[in-house]
Amino acid sequence: MQRFDGIKDVMKHIENEIIVCNIGFPSRELYEIRDRSRNFYMLGSMGLASSIGLGLAMSKIEEKVIVFDGDGSILMNLGSLVTVFNQNPNNFILIVFDNGCYGSTGNQCTYAQNVNLLELAKSIGFKNSYDYNEIDFKDILKNKQDSSIFIHYKILPGNADSPIIDLSPEEIKNRFKKSIE
Amino acid sequence: MDSSEAVYSGLKSAKIDFIVSLPCVNLGKILEIIEKDEEIIHIPVTREEEGIGICAGAFLGGKKTAILMQNSGLGNCVNALTSLYQLYSLPLVMIMSHRGTKGEPIIGQVPMGIATPKILEAIELKYFNPKTPQEANKTIADSWNLSKSEKKPVSILLDISYW
Repeated sequence: MQRFDGIKDVMKHIENEIIVCNIGFPSRELYEIRDRSRNFYMLGSMGLASSIGLGLAMSKIEEKVIVFDGDGSILMNLGSLVTVFNQNPNNFILIVFDNGCYGSTGNQCTYAQNVNLLELAKSIGFKNSYDYNEIDFKDILKNKQDSSIFIHYKILPGNADSPIIDLSPEEIKNRFKKSIE
Repeated sequence: MDSSEAVYSGLKSAKIDFIVSLPCVNLGKILEIIEKDEEIIHIPVTREEEGIGICAGAFLGGKKTAILMQNSGLGNCVNALTSLYQLYSLPLVMIMSHRGTKGEPIIGQVPMGIATPKILEAIELKYFNPKTPQEANKTIADSWNLSKSEKKPVSILLDISYW
């Protein structure tokens, strides 16, 4: 399964949750699968998806915030896992789509091929850390959360032929901000 | 007015309610005060760029955001300040202990001390360099509204001589 079908599978269960989506093909694929104003598409600042999501989770405590991150981008900001674990908002779910490569730049390998990101999250202390293929995501999403959740979603490399997002940054921001007010 | 109290009181006047931080010896007292302030969410971060990302999310979530950091960390933030803040027109108050300025005892601080204003100019961000607590207090109190109306981050550089 490649990222497109992975995102599609997650999106089957999404209702009103806030989503922050990683730059590049992940955002383009999400946009094609199910565009909604509660999706924040990153168009730059690779590595910061989990940080933007943490800021949202800490300021919108009544909302559930889900971050679609990648292996290459989380490796760029590993300190974020440590901060998320320490702050531990109980409305935050980080899903790392791990295809072992930098998908948007031509599928160059990442070190995640040799490092188990799920074990890494566990070693930081994430009590609720899961392999997507071993859980029913729907249950995780609907059950009451007592801490931040880390989900490792192992997928195959490859990008769908999704179009470039035809929204301006201002449009993405304004409709997103309005939808969560 | 005490130099640290002036910064804190300026942040309160600006109604800042969400702060991320990395420490500097000169920011120590302010960080202690902020940590005790229940109206402010304070998140210590591992690296400045991470903090900038967190503030972006918090602003989208309705908060008035600031980062407290040493100027050395500005180099870690440049991409986020451009491809996130400039791109989406986001406000932020950046309070920087400006090391490497006159009186700096640590030689390693000097290169970034000199580069800091030039980096801010290169990415077209406004900065202020208040010399006294009174001036800092007033500048910081106005900084959030200025940042909102400019739709970009505003920096306050506090030189060694300020403290």
